[in-house]
Amino acid sequence: MRNGFAVFFAVVVALGGSWLGFVVAPTVQLGKAKQALILNSTDTWPQQRTGEATLGLQVYRANGCAACHTEQIRQDGVAAEVTLIALNKTKPEDFKAFVQSLFILPELAKVTNTLAATLNGWKGDLPTTILVTDDKAVADAMSDRLKAAGVKSETHIVATGEDIPRWGIRRSVAADFLYDFPVQLGNLRVGPDLADVGARLPDANWQLQHLYAPTLSVTNSAMPSFKFLFDVRKIGSAPSPDALNLPKQFAPADGYEVVPKLEAKELVAYLLSLRADAPLYEAPFSPITSAKP
Amino acid sequence: MNSAENNLVSAAKIDASCRVPLLALFGGAALWLVVGLLLAVLASLTFHAPEMFAHCPFATYGHLAPAANDLLVYGFAIPAGLGVLLWIFARLSQAELVLPLIPVVAANLWHLGVFIGLATILCGGSSGFTWLEFPRAAAMLLGVSFVLIAFSAVATFGQRKARELYPAHWFLLAALLWFPWIYSTANLFLVTTWPVRGVTQAIINWWFADNLIFVWLALVGVGVAFYFLPKIAGRPLHSRFYALFAFWTLILFGTWIGIPQGAPVPAWLPTTNAFASLLLVIPLIAIAVIVFKTVWGAPTVCKGGPFCYLRFGMTAFILSGLMLIASACPEHARTVEFTWFGQAQTQLQILGFFAIVIFGAIYEILPRLLDGGLPFPKFVRVQHWFFMLGTLLLVGSLAFAGVKQGRAAYDPAAAIMGLRIATMGWTFFLFGSLLFAVNIFVMTIRWKLALAKTVIAYIKSPLETSEVKP
Repeated sequence: MRNGFAVFFAVVVALGGSWLGFVVAPTVQLGKAKQALILNSTDTWPQQRTGEATLGLQVYRANGCAACHTEQIRQDGVAAEVTLIALNKTKPEDFKAFVQSLFILPELAKVTNTLAATLNGWKGDLPTTILVTDDKAVADAMSDRLKAAGVKSETHIVATGEDIPRWGIRRSVAADFLYDFPVQLGNLRVGPDLADVGARLPDANWQLQHLYAPTLSVTNSAMPSFKFLFDVRKIGSAPSPDALNLPKQFAPADGYEVVPKLEAKELVAYLLSLRADAPLYEAPFSPITSAKP
Repeated sequence: MNSAENNLVSAAKIDASCRVPLLALFGGAALWLVVGLLLAVLASLTFHAPEMFAHCPFATYGHLAPAANDLLVYGFAIPAGLGVLLWIFARLSQAELVLPLIPVVAANLWHLGVFIGLATILCGGSSGFTWLEFPRAAAMLLGVSFVLIAFSAVATFGQRKARELYPAHWFLLAALLWFPWIYSTANLFLVTTWPVRGVTQAIINWWFADNLIFVWLALVGVGVAFYFLPKIAGRPLHSRFYALFAFWTLILFGTWIGIPQGAPVPAWLPTTNAFASLLLVIPLIAIAVIVFKTVWGAPTVCKGGPFCYLRFGMTAFILSGLMLIASACPEHARTVEFTWFGQAQTQLQILGFFAIVIFGAIYEILPRLLDGGLPFPKFVRVQHWFFMLGTLLLVGSLAFAGVKQGRAAYDPAAAIMGLRIATMGWTFFLFGSLLFAVNIFVMTIRWKLALAKTVIAYIKSPLETSEVKP
C-alpha cells in the first residue's frame, strides 16, 4: 500500500462490510418486527409493560444491574416427553412387562436402553415421565402403543439446556425485547439470569426484601445491598402498609420501619414484568401456559 | 550541504513541536488511569464485603464497574494512543506537528468530556449500553475532539517527505478512520431519543464493543509496536509483506466478532461471529511471526525498559486474541459464555496488551520531549514489574474464576475466590500507574517552572543599551 487512499479503501471495505452486516442488516431484519402470535392462541406477545415497570427499567439501567445479571436464557434444543398419567386397570408389573415387550419394535430401538433404565427405578408412582427423546416420531410411536394398551399418557414438548428449567422454561427470543429501551441483555452472570424472574419469583415482598438485604433470602449472596432505595423512618400513628416485614437481625430499631422508595417499587414492578413464559413459533413448548401476567 | 538535507527538520525540533499536545494528552490520561484503577479496586471490594456501599448510591458495583472500564478506555487508552500516534506521524513524516494548538485544545475538550461522562455514570445517568455509558454531551465532545486530533495527525501525515507508507502508517491511519465511524454509528443508533428496536440495540452494542476493544486497540497497539520494535531492536521489520497480510486479515476478520453464541438474535449472527473468530487465528499467527522474527536474537538488552514493555504487550495481545477465539468457539462458548472469562479477555486486551505497549512507547518518547528526561527513571522498571504481576494476577484469576463458574453452572460462590485475587491484580496496576503519574506530573511541573523562570528572566532583563537614547 503506497498511499493514504489505499488505507482508506481498506477501511471502507473491511469496516463497511461489517457495518452492513452487523448494523444495517439486523436493523432491516428486525426493525419492523411486530408482536408474535402465541402458539395455539390468538394472544400476541409481548405485552407492553405497565407504566411503573417501564420506569423500573430506567432504575435497572441507572443502577447498572446489567453489570451482573443477564436477561437471556439459552437453550440447547427441544425434547419430547412422554408422561404416564394413569394406569387404569393395569398393574405396574404388568406395565413394565408390556413396555419390555415393546423393545423389539424397530421404531423404539434408539430408546430401549433409557426406557429400561427409567422403568427399573420406577416404583409405580404417578404421574411419571417414562421417556425423554429429541425425536418426536419416537415419542409419538410410544404414546400410540400406550394408548392401545389402555393406559393414559401425555406427550409434552419441553426446552432443554443448562439454563432450563432453573431460570426459565424456554429460550429468550428477540420478540421478548420488542418494547425495551435500553435493552439490557447483559454479558456477565455474577448473579442469576433475570429473563423470567417475574414468573420464577412472583412475590413482590420477596423482591423488596431481597433488594434491602440480599443475605436475608440468599445466604452468602454477593449482591450489594440497595438500602438507598428504602427509607428508614419513625412509625407514625399507624405502621405504613408498605413497610417491609423483616426478621430481627435485619429490622431497624424499635419504633422505626423500612419503607420502599418510589424507585424500589418501580424496580420491583419491572422485575416482576420480566417473563419469558409464552410458547412461540420459534421457542415452542407445551403445555401452553397463559401469557397474561 | 545540498537542498534535500536542508529540508530535513531535526529530530529535536519535531519533538519540541509535539511537546505541549503530548503532555496534555498524556497528563490527562495518567490522571484518568489512576482514577479508573482506583474505581476498579473499589468495585472489586464488593466481592469482599457486599454490604460496604449499601447507603451510597454512586458506589455500588453497577456504577463503579462501568465507570472504571470507561475511564480505562476513554480516559486513558484513547488519548494516550493518540498522543503516541501524533509523535509517530511527525517522526515518520520528518516534519513538525502541523497546527499543534488543535490537539492541545482537543485534548482538553476530550478530558472534559470524560469528566462529564464519569460524573453522569456515577449519578446514575449511564445510557445502559456497554462502553457507551457516556451521555450524549460527553459523546459529542469526545467525537469532536477525536476528529480534531485526527485532522492534525492527517495534516502532519500529508507533510511527509518520503511518499511511501510504513506499516505503522497503515495501522494508525486505519485507527483514525475506525473510531469516528463506529463511535458515531453506535451513538446515533443507541444513545438517542429514537433508538433502533428491540435486540438490534444489543447487536449494535456488541458490534461496537468488539470494534472498539478488540480492533481499535489492536490497530493502535500493533501499529505502535511495529514502529518501535524495529527501532529499538535495530533491525528492519520482518517483513513488510507479512505486515500487509496481517493488516488486511486483522481488519477483515476482527470486525465481525462480538455476538454471544446463545444470544436471542437471528442465528446467522452468532454463526458469522464463530466463523470470523476462527479466521482470526490467521492475523494472530502473522503478527506473532513478525514480532518474533523482528525481536529474536536482537542485540538489544531489555533491562525493564521500553523494549520489555513492547515484547510483553505483544505476547499479551496474542494471548488475548486466542482467548477471544476460545470464547467464540461454539464448543467452549457454553462453558465460558457470560462468565468472568470474557472480562479476563477484555482486561488482558486493555491493560495487559494496550496499556503496556503504550507505556513502552511513552517511556521511549517522554525523555525526548523535555530536556531533563524522566525525573525518576528507575520507576520505569518497577512499573513494568507491577504491570506484569497485575496482568498475571488479574487476568489469571478472572479467567480461572470464569472457567470454574461456567463448570459449576454459574454458581456465584464458585467465582468468589478468583474475584478476591483479582482485587490484588487491580491494586498492582494502581501502584504501577501511580508511578507513571508521579513521573509525568513532576516532569510537567519542572518544565512549567523552567518556562516561568525564562519568562520572568526575559521580563526582568534590562533593555539593550543601544535602544536607549540619551
